[in-house]
Amino acid sequence: MTTVIRSPKLPARGSRRAGIFGGRMTPWLFLVVPLAFLIVLTYIPVANMFWYSVTSWDGLDPDKEFVGLGNYVEIITRPEIFQVFFVSLYYLVGAIAQLVLALFFATLLSFKTRFRNLFKGIIFFPYLINGVAIGLMFLYFFRPDGTLDAILGSLGVSDTPQWLGDSSVVNSSLAATSVWRYMGLNFVLFLGAIQSVPEEQYEAADIDGANSWHKFRFIILPSIRRILGLSFILAIAGALSAFEMPYIMTGGANGSETFVIQTVDTAFRFAKVGLASAMAVVLLAIVLIITAVQRMIFPDEKADEKAGTV
Amino acid sequence: MTLTTKRAVDQTTARRRIRSPRSPASRLGTLLKYTALVFASLCAIVPIVSIVMLAFKTNEEYRDTGPLDAPGNWFNLENFATAFTQGGMITGFLNTGIILVVSVTGTILIGTMAAYALDRFRFRGRVLVLGLFLLATLVPAVTTQVATFQVISALDLFNTRGAAILLFMGTDIIAIYIFLQFMQSIPVSLDEAAMLDGASRWTIYWRIILPLLKPAIATVVIIKGIAVYNEFYIPFLYMPSRDLGVISTSLFRFTGPFGAQWEVIAAGTLLVIIPTLVAFLFLQRFIYNGLTSGATK
Repeated sequence: MTTVIRSPKLPARGSRRAGIFGGRMTPWLFLVVPLAFLIVLTYIPVANMFWYSVTSWDGLDPDKEFVGLGNYVEIITRPEIFQVFFVSLYYLVGAIAQLVLALFFATLLSFKTRFRNLFKGIIFFPYLINGVAIGLMFLYFFRPDGTLDAILGSLGVSDTPQWLGDSSVVNSSLAATSVWRYMGLNFVLFLGAIQSVPEEQYEAADIDGANSWHKFRFIILPSIRRILGLSFILAIAGALSAFEMPYIMTGGANGSETFVIQTVDTAFRFAKVGLASAMAVVLLAIVLIITAVQRMIFPDEKADEKAGTV
Repeated sequence: MTLTTKRAVDQTTARRRIRSPRSPASRLGTLLKYTALVFASLCAIVPIVSIVMLAFKTNEEYRDTGPLDAPGNWFNLENFATAFTQGGMITGFLNTGIILVVSVTGTILIGTMAAYALDRFRFRGRVLVLGLFLLATLVPAVTTQVATFQVISALDLFNTRGAAILLFMGTDIIAIYIFLQFMQSIPVSLDEAAMLDGASRWTIYWRIILPLLKPAIATVVIIKGIAVYNEFYIPFLYMPSRDLGVISTSLFRFTGPFGAQWEVIAAGTLLVIIPTLVAFLFLQRFIYNGLTSGATK
């Protein structure tokens, strides 16, 4: 009996149905297209990026002049390049506020709530909206005599700053827009994790006389530890590579330029592909370091599982 | 055994009943909770509502009334007509539609083929291939655009829909992982039975695996569909031609010619949001599940 059943690990023996899908090459026939995409669109660009980063290439010239680490030295020594990382701090603070808010509302909705699905939908929906639509919506929201000024005016506050025109406020406004956009995703992920806790645990806690805080501290928090850690790391990486909201809304004007905006402008507006590549390499390195730190702090049980079974 | 559990359940319900005549503290808690939820909902809704009201206003109304005032005529569709005809929104929806269908289909075929090869075969180099896919997830796409751009122009795809389609299809490693995860739950005995009946590997993939992957495919369609519909930078960078505008880039161009006509910009914005809202209302459950599995796997 067992001799009849052919393990899928072995190539088909019968030459009758061997064809091109019979031999040892079969898995590669399935992999050729995916691998071609992976190599052409991920690995070749990354390799090229490292190469361009040690040249002074402008993106057009057939010759690429080797300049060694010159571009990297320029990044470190020219303060206006590295300085933009300070702008990331605004997004970092925003990202932390975003996680706290998401956790707060996910916890609230994990208890019995009227209109739970309605609240969940409303809080989540902004995440689905097109980024340009959000950008334009908030350009209107923040403009002088726009929605925000009108709301504040009705509350008696009339002395408002130029939300997007004042360089001391613009980054806060943009970071707040990012929070508005992305909070819904964290919220839904947290809520999903909390709701996967079996109901009996809460009942047992009830019997033990636990209050809501106890339930949060000893049931909810441990159950979302992993997703919380993952979200935190993604939030840091996202803050460092903030791009879409500021690019759409201000184009980097009034001191709202982020590192990625500066990188793409250097490459595509000022035609300094070499320098821009070096900047991209720096950002890539930072993101990889953060990811490595995350792996150390939160060893990924799922990844181990995967490595074992796949 | 059952008796004791039943008693335990009775006890809990009894305790709840004892507690349920609300103490003032818990009533205050409930009040605070709903206040917080309503406040959050208002924060989410107000920016959208002000755009909705603006979209129905005339240009004079836009200049003379505040952002929180309702439009005089809720059936004034003129701005939508302007947005559609002069703002290139028709081209935008058409291009987005084409790119969406082709790249989502491509993502599914590429992802399922890769997952099939990696899950159902044991071959030399398998671990290396798996590692290559895993490593690629760590590279944030926006950082490599500087160099990806050169690849796209070398392939002569700059300023074609092909550029966006290729980039959307080729860089979705999350999809491969979702398929890989799901494929592990499809019993190998099905493959074996088909092989005994003389089915080739391709037939097994096409006739057995692909249909059984339907739930995973639905997940990928949703995640990918949202991502492609909302993507701004790839079409912006690779398809600058006006005729190749997708909804994001068409809408982005509104700020120039309609700079003084915020009511038209609002109408265009609303036109982009409406399909998303409709999709959300009909596919809520799938969207929540899809995002959860996409983010954690």
